[in-house]
Amino acid sequence: MNSLNLNRLTIKRALELLDEGKISSVELTQACLERIKKIDPEVKAYLYVNEEWALEQARLADEKRKAGEHGKLLGIPLAIKDNILIKGHPTTCASKILQNYIAPYDATVIRKLKKEGAVFLGKTNLDEFAMGSSTENSAFFPTKNPWDLERVPGGSSGGSAVAVACRMGLGALGSDTGGSIRQPACFCGVVGMKPTYSLVSRFGLVAFASSLDQIGPFALNIEDTALLLKVISGHDPYDSTSAPREVPSFTQILQENANTKFRVGIPKEYFEHELHPEVAKNIEEMISLLKRLGHEVKEVSLPHTKYAISVYYIIAPAEAASNLARYDGVKYGLRVEGKSLIEMYKKSRAEGFGREVKRRVMLGTYALSAGYYDAFYLKASKVRTLIKQDFLKAFEEVDLILTPVSPTPAFKLGEKTSDPLQMYLSDIFTIPVNLAGLPGLSLPSGFTRESLPLGVQVIGPHFRDDLVLSLGYQIEKELDLETIPPIVKAL
Amino acid sequence: MEFEPVIGLEVHVQLKTKSKLFCSCSTKFGAPPNSQICPICTGQPGVLPVLNKEAIHYALKLALAVGAKVNRLSIMARKHYFYPDLPKNYQISQYELPIAEGGAIEIEVNGSTKLINLTRIHLEEDAGKLVHDEKKPYSYVDFNRTGIPLLEIVSKPEIHSPEEAVAYLKTLRSIVRYLGICDGNMEEGSLRCDANVSVRPKGSSSLGVKVELKNMNSFKHVERALAFEIKRQTALLLEGKTPVQETRLYDEATQTTHPMRGKEEAHDYCYFPDPDLIEVRVSEDWIEKIREELPELPSAKKARFIKEYGLSSYEAGILVEEKPLADFFEDTVRLYAKPKAVANFILTEVLRYLNRDNISIEQTQLKPEFLAELLSLVDDGTISITIAKQQVFPEVYEKGLPPKRVVEERGLKQESSEELLRKLCEEVIKENPSEVEKYRSGKKGVLGFFVGQVMKKTGGKANPKLVNQILTELLEG
Ligand SMILES: [Zn+2]
Repeated sequence: MNSLNLNRLTIKRALELLDEGKISSVELTQACLERIKKIDPEVKAYLYVNEEWALEQARLADEKRKAGEHGKLLGIPLAIKDNILIKGHPTTCASKILQNYIAPYDATVIRKLKKEGAVFLGKTNLDEFAMGSSTENSAFFPTKNPWDLERVPGGSSGGSAVAVACRMGLGALGSDTGGSIRQPACFCGVVGMKPTYSLVSRFGLVAFASSLDQIGPFALNIEDTALLLKVISGHDPYDSTSAPREVPSFTQILQENANTKFRVGIPKEYFEHELHPEVAKNIEEMISLLKRLGHEVKEVSLPHTKYAISVYYIIAPAEAASNLARYDGVKYGLRVEGKSLIEMYKKSRAEGFGREVKRRVMLGTYALSAGYYDAFYLKASKVRTLIKQDFLKAFEEVDLILTPVSPTPAFKLGEKTSDPLQMYLSDIFTIPVNLAGLPGLSLPSGFTRESLPLGVQVIGPHFRDDLVLSLGYQIEKELDLETIPPIVKAL
Repeated sequence: MEFEPVIGLEVHVQLKTKSKLFCSCSTKFGAPPNSQICPICTGQPGVLPVLNKEAIHYALKLALAVGAKVNRLSIMARKHYFYPDLPKNYQISQYELPIAEGGAIEIEVNGSTKLINLTRIHLEEDAGKLVHDEKKPYSYVDFNRTGIPLLEIVSKPEIHSPEEAVAYLKTLRSIVRYLGICDGNMEEGSLRCDANVSVRPKGSSSLGVKVELKNMNSFKHVERALAFEIKRQTALLLEGKTPVQETRLYDEATQTTHPMRGKEEAHDYCYFPDPDLIEVRVSEDWIEKIREELPELPSAKKARFIKEYGLSSYEAGILVEEKPLADFFEDTVRLYAKPKAVANFILTEVLRYLNRDNISIEQTQLKPEFLAELLSLVDDGTISITIAKQQVFPEVYEKGLPPKRVVEERGLKQESSEELLRKLCEEVIKENPSEVEKYRSGKKGVLGFFVGQVMKKTGGKANPKLVNQILTELLEG
């Protein structure tokens, strides 16, 4: 169908076309699959695409629509990060240790998406076990940034960000432990949201760091993001940490708050770091924009920000070391035989895990070991509380906080792989949000002179995901950016 | 020099909740391997634990029963070690802030009572089971048991003999059974015991080198393993040597202990609070509700039996060990108000059969009505106590028949016709002139012989009192 222009097709628009009978889900899914065939060999966003399966789901969706059903995402093709389980399909976490693993159950978010009629195209690439900021730590291949194939798409949810940026799916799910949705969204020029911790069930998300992980949506705009978030949120009896509360209709709130004026805080500590000049310039422009829109902008202080990276790199690896203990060659996944049980364990894990995973497992084990627990894990937990309190205090004065997403635009492939500390610093503005369990939104805010996307982050108080999206919606409308990567435009 | 053993016990009690601690799989014992498993208890990627409230309820019951202090806020923690029967390679347990601390269990050994204090009670999940096949170069794992809730009850090192250890275990088992939270079956592993044993010069307050004993699957094993270990350590000390701090396994075949094979690596379990679980909060209301629901516990019941029914400490002690037996006793007494006689019959006859068949009272067809009826039949002279024990009770026990029916159907009614008995007595006297001679020469004991002869003629049914009376009369006359 020629009239189907994926480049400007949002989920909202697609649903209208589907409801009007102007397109079918099969056509829409077919268009995405064709787009994947054309572009994915260049950008390598997907680890797994199953055409037959996708079209089957689309056919089913079309039948349901004909039968009068109205799922919130009926017939909408989506991409899913490959650390979220879909029953009967591979879940590899981009790791050799799970290369042949077939999920035996559906993650709660998948169950919710299925209930609303979404169509799954396949599974997207990530840094192994979501550990990384560039998707270069995938055991299989790196994903490329569609704006510049020499550059990284960010990570760890690089595959999902690129899938949406290239319109190889109308939306996607990722997971965010320290910035893994927001930073790739920023690098690829799409919207990405890390919801409040506990808003979205983690059941069926392969755990990296349980107290920080959160599943969230990628989309082309705020409205679609709000729609996806609404569908995947809500209390889950299978996740003890999931919040037992009602989830509002985010899409409706966007309209209600279209002209609401907010008090927006700018944390002074976030500007003590070395910022890429174009990032610095862009954030200044955003501040002016907010003022122009009538919002009150004021400086706030988050004094413990400087400890965030250190705290994160104790807590996240500690939880990861524990969570990854189950990959041992006994029950599933890669097994490398050895002469004894211990040797089998060692060989399976040595061959199954990549360098960054091993580094974090070692860091984490060290931080939890008997003689060091108090000095590391316990201390880090205490400082984490201080970081959270900084935010709570700031939110007594302001409704929302605005920051850059990343200190730099997308960097070159291989530029930071040999220097893990440099790579870790890439998440300096996103990590504190996970430590505090707050909602954080990353949305496109402009381009560098080299046409690389830039993004801003909106942070809100706990469970004020609605406010975060509302301010994002106002900024998005005001900027009205065109975010189509050159490789897509050239088609 | 005299030595004294110091023993601390770690008892694992498997809770008989309907489902496992963190998933909805069944906890039923004896199902085919890996038939009671799911993604959660097999540690699939992405799964999360959800704490079973019933297990906490059970833990609180025990805590209150032994007078432990319930922590209003307790924390589930991960304990890490690699083993194939532990799917996540960490066990969800408790470390800092267990569900309860303190408390004590009163034991009785050789007639004197003693309090054994507890350190803590904590909740954790069970591991699976490795199944070895000697013919194969690998082992199987059965995950049915994985994730079944356990309570670990840690005693202070205040036990000083194998007998005390067994008394402690039996009392604890009795308590958990009364509470209905555990089967207390050591053979099936629903109650497991590890012991820390050291030996020190008597009177010393310092502790010797601690040896951990494992693999004791019955009270007998515990008793023998401890006895052996105490002897072994004492012998070492007498030779001027020091026992090695190690884990030793009890070997049933040789009734000895030997060091656990393989290197005894110092474990660092890397405990930390499980981020997938929120704190366990226990409200005052919840505790009060459980306190009200607590049944009368064995020690209180025993005291009451002694006071209310005039039983000896020994009799009461045996009756209260199992709640169903104690209930059976009381229900019978309600129908037949001679507690001593009821206790006596239970302690001799009923227990003899129960022990023979290795079952408990509620697994039989016995009913309190039956026992009450049986004893009444003896009282009103319908049958003799001997007939009751030897002929009626076995039928009642095996077939679940009412005693009256057994007596009627088998014609066991006591023969009390004076006319008939007199005739039989006369016959017996006539048939045994030499015995009559003996009696008349003063050997009154021969009377028993005559009674026996009359009994023989009546198939044991003759009223012994009446026979005695007639025989005396005839022989003396
Ligand atoms: Zn299960």
